[in-house]
Amino acid sequence: MAQPFLKKDDDHDDEADYSPFLGIEKGAVLQEARVFNDHQLDPRRCSQVITKLLYLLNQGETFTKVEATEVFFAVTKLFQSRDLGLRRMVYVIIKELSPSADEVIIVTSSLMKDMTSKTDMYRANAIRVLCRITDGTLLTQIERYLKQAIVDKNPVVASAALVSGIHLLQTNPEIVKRWSNEVQEAVQSRAALVQFHALALLHQIRQNDRLAVNKLVSSLTKGSVRSPLAQCLLIRYTSQVIRESASNTQTGDRPFYDFLEGCLRHKAEMVIFEAARAITELNGVTSRELTPAITVLQLFLSSTKPVLRFAAVRTLNKVAMTHPIAVTNCNIDMESLISDQNRSIATLAITTLLKTGNEFSVDRLMKQITTFMSDIADEFKIVVIEAIRSLCLKFPLKHRSLMNFLSNIIREEGGFEYKKAIVDSIVILIRDIPEAKESGLLHLCEFIEDCEFTYLSTQILHFLGIEGPKTSDPSKYIRYIYNRVHLENATVRAGAVSTLAKFGAMVDSLKPRIFVLLRRCLFDTDDEVRDRATLYLNTLGADGAVVETGEDVKEFLFGSLDIPLVNLERSLKNYEPSEESFDINSVPKEVKIQPLAEKKAPGKKPTGLGGPPPGPPSTIDAYEKLLLSIPEFANFGKLFKSSAPVELTEAETEYAVNVVKHIFDGHVVFQYNCTNTIPEQLLENVTVIVDASEAEEFAEVASKPLRSLPYDSPGQTFVAFEKPEGVPAVGKFSNMLRFIVKEVDPSTGEAEDDGVEDEYQLEELEVVAADYMLKVGVSNFRNAWESMGPDCERVDEYGLGPRENLAEAVNAVINLLGMQPCEGTEVVPSNSRSHTCLLSGVYIGNVKVLVRLQFGIDGPKDVAMKLAVRSEDEAVSDVIHEIVASG
Amino acid sequence: MESCPSIKNILLLDSEGNRVAVKYYSDEWPNNSVKEAFEKSLFSKTQKTNARTEAEIAMFESHIIVYKFVQDLHFFVTGAENENELILVTVLQGFFDAVGLLLRGTVDKKEALENLDLILLCLDEIVDGGIILETDANVIAGKVASHSIDAAAPLSEQTISQALATAREHLARSLLK
Repeated sequence: MAQPFLKKDDDHDDEADYSPFLGIEKGAVLQEARVFNDHQLDPRRCSQVITKLLYLLNQGETFTKVEATEVFFAVTKLFQSRDLGLRRMVYVIIKELSPSADEVIIVTSSLMKDMTSKTDMYRANAIRVLCRITDGTLLTQIERYLKQAIVDKNPVVASAALVSGIHLLQTNPEIVKRWSNEVQEAVQSRAALVQFHALALLHQIRQNDRLAVNKLVSSLTKGSVRSPLAQCLLIRYTSQVIRESASNTQTGDRPFYDFLEGCLRHKAEMVIFEAARAITELNGVTSRELTPAITVLQLFLSSTKPVLRFAAVRTLNKVAMTHPIAVTNCNIDMESLISDQNRSIATLAITTLLKTGNEFSVDRLMKQITTFMSDIADEFKIVVIEAIRSLCLKFPLKHRSLMNFLSNIIREEGGFEYKKAIVDSIVILIRDIPEAKESGLLHLCEFIEDCEFTYLSTQILHFLGIEGPKTSDPSKYIRYIYNRVHLENATVRAGAVSTLAKFGAMVDSLKPRIFVLLRRCLFDTDDEVRDRATLYLNTLGADGAVVETGEDVKEFLFGSLDIPLVNLERSLKNYEPSEESFDINSVPKEVKIQPLAEKKAPGKKPTGLGGPPPGPPSTIDAYEKLLLSIPEFANFGKLFKSSAPVELTEAETEYAVNVVKHIFDGHVVFQYNCTNTIPEQLLENVTVIVDASEAEEFAEVASKPLRSLPYDSPGQTFVAFEKPEGVPAVGKFSNMLRFIVKEVDPSTGEAEDDGVEDEYQLEELEVVAADYMLKVGVSNFRNAWESMGPDCERVDEYGLGPRENLAEAVNAVINLLGMQPCEGTEVVPSNSRSHTCLLSGVYIGNVKVLVRLQFGIDGPKDVAMKLAVRSEDEAVSDVIHEIVASG
Repeated sequence: MESCPSIKNILLLDSEGNRVAVKYYSDEWPNNSVKEAFEKSLFSKTQKTNARTEAEIAMFESHIIVYKFVQDLHFFVTGAENENELILVTVLQGFFDAVGLLLRGTVDKKEALENLDLILLCLDEIVDGGIILETDANVIAGKVASHSIDAAAPLSEQTISQALATAREHLARSLLK
């Protein structure tokens, strides 16, 4: 701690005595406020009492309604005094007391008198006070004075009126809008801040009129705006205009870019920075446009002022997410910031470097981070961990050093959120990088040896139970798990017992040893632990004979409940203990479909440059369970892929419908998720009539209607098609929602008995080639490519025609093929003339496919592409080419 | 981002994190206990940093906070997460320097409390309902100090400091008794 603090602490007692407010009491001060009523006012004494009242309010003291009213009335008496200082305090306390409407009337006349006073200070403050406390009715009376004040030659008065106008625009827009002529005049004011306030108000008055804003910006960017603050505002408005015009003008140079670039040479730092930031945030900014902005930000990085360094590094950090190459020039300056005194700056610098670094700089960076981790706060550590996780997914070859780093920091002190971030990262790395699995699992094992968080221990034990038995030497995990049974609390012990059982079920050679361990758990002090041990011993058949574990047992141990847990929880809560035992079959299986936005929620996952990991596997599991539970679809076999939901209706229509395409080997099932958004209607017998005349290879085999669809409670209806086995048939389907609609009385919620049959046209739906492709990443594309060999390689070249830019062409091909981009190659540096993109996936029939795409811009905008496909089956390689050729 | 730059609060705390004077312009902090909790945790987060020569900056509960310390006084200005940091620091510097002028260079808690009326008026002149009114310390101090001079008198540096001196002495004496 700094020296002066210590010194202050020493004489703290003395210091406290000096406080003029020591021992101040609300009651006493309110008593003192009676001096306001004296006939002969003592301005100095009154000022002191007001200061005391303000002090109390400032310390968080509250006045009751009665007290506030009393003080307010007393204060109004003070308008008699002609003392300037006292009047100034009166203005402040009136604002603080925020009087009610009937009280305001008392001071209105006094304030209106001050508004027309010759004293500038009176006019300015009276305007601010009156506009703060007034309601709409009074405003029309004083409007004339306000309009005059806006163009007052005293800048303080003009600013007061303009700022009040900004506040009043929220409550009385129609009145303030009438002032635009005066405000327009004030924009031309020579006083810097008047210009700033006038510009802010004028823009707010006109913000819904795009043409007017455009005109305002065009005229001001040519002229000279004096105040830096006004200039910052103008930059904001300019970028708004650029953003809105981008969709209209496709040609040539960006309008107003020159203005922004010119602002980079302004003398005020706040303007330079505002302009640099605006440039980096332009939609689809090119590297040519970025360069000057990056250059000034780079200069800021070495400023002596922490605020400048922070502002610059924060902006560059954002730029690095989309244009890592553009920021690499700043890497040297950025590295010197790793040791910055200000930890926010250091963290931002580190994470920026992690985003811009290449494979070779990883090791060096990790070394620097290790020295730095111990002295930053947890929340910064989490930011670093997340950056490292996406780095690892970007450079899977570096998993060893990154995993080591994670395992080192997990042993250090840290809070729950921090540890959880590390564990989550290790789990993601294990999932996405097969080579990292064994070392990752061991790190987790070591972590639970000394983990103080029950939640994390049980999560890890569960994860071990799933992944551990699949490793080359499952036995080495047993010790770690069994140790938990000895040393932990009941929750963790129970988790460990379940994990042991999973090892027993999966690895027959371990069974005898597992049985011994489980039997010891029969003497545990906790009910749950004993129960679990007994249960598993019985299900695994611990009667001495080592038999192969039956499918149903495995299903029991590993399968997920095909019941939504929320539903189960609700049913269990409703269950009243009785003779009748709880019937799990009575739990409704209807899944409440999450709104689409929520499904995208796992946005916490690394979205930066690391290829986004395939969606949570649980979704497809859930779909599979759901489909298998429908008897008509039970014999379709294994679900190959479920698409993301495709909307078939516009947003905010009467019925919202989206569809999920489920692909089986010989069938396709469309799952229509319907939501009824009309409270007065109940839909019954909801089906979708599908016209497959444009999908020749498909034949409808079954459909499952939805019995009833009440308001705002989503439901599903299904239609199944047969298609040639293993063939990636494509086609277009038109859809019609058919249902019986019944009126619902909104007050009682009861539906009428009679319904009317009705139809509702939905949008078309297509089954495309990409639906037959699973996004499956590979950790090391080159290895996978080499080991696949050139036997089934097919290479050809295509012209993609004119494209906006390379990125658009790359995205189009990725979407067409529906494959997983590898090693972050889906990101195209802006303005590059060529690009290589690597994709991997699994085609229907479980055929691994790797694709290498080389793009080049040929001529002005023509994109050419060389497509090389390797797969395990020549025919599939050909199919990929066909998809591209026909797409 | 099209909006006008806005200030969420200005805080002046002492060396233990207690309030000297605070002003909130945003309703993100609905009541006094929430405000106090914010001040306490902000104070404990920043107290170990060296913000005495240059203003420092921190991200805290998705706000941007710039701050500067002198003696046993801690000055803070809070803005939105996406606010231009340099605008915030201009406001902070304006407040900081204006207080320095008004307290005639003796900037510490004791002086600040003895001249609390000047500090409160100073806050009132810098920001109005979140909108920046003035950032030039001389202008701010001038407006605050002008309150004890006759309106007709010319407003030069000389008279400001004279007026200040008398006003301060009178106030301090009477508050202390």
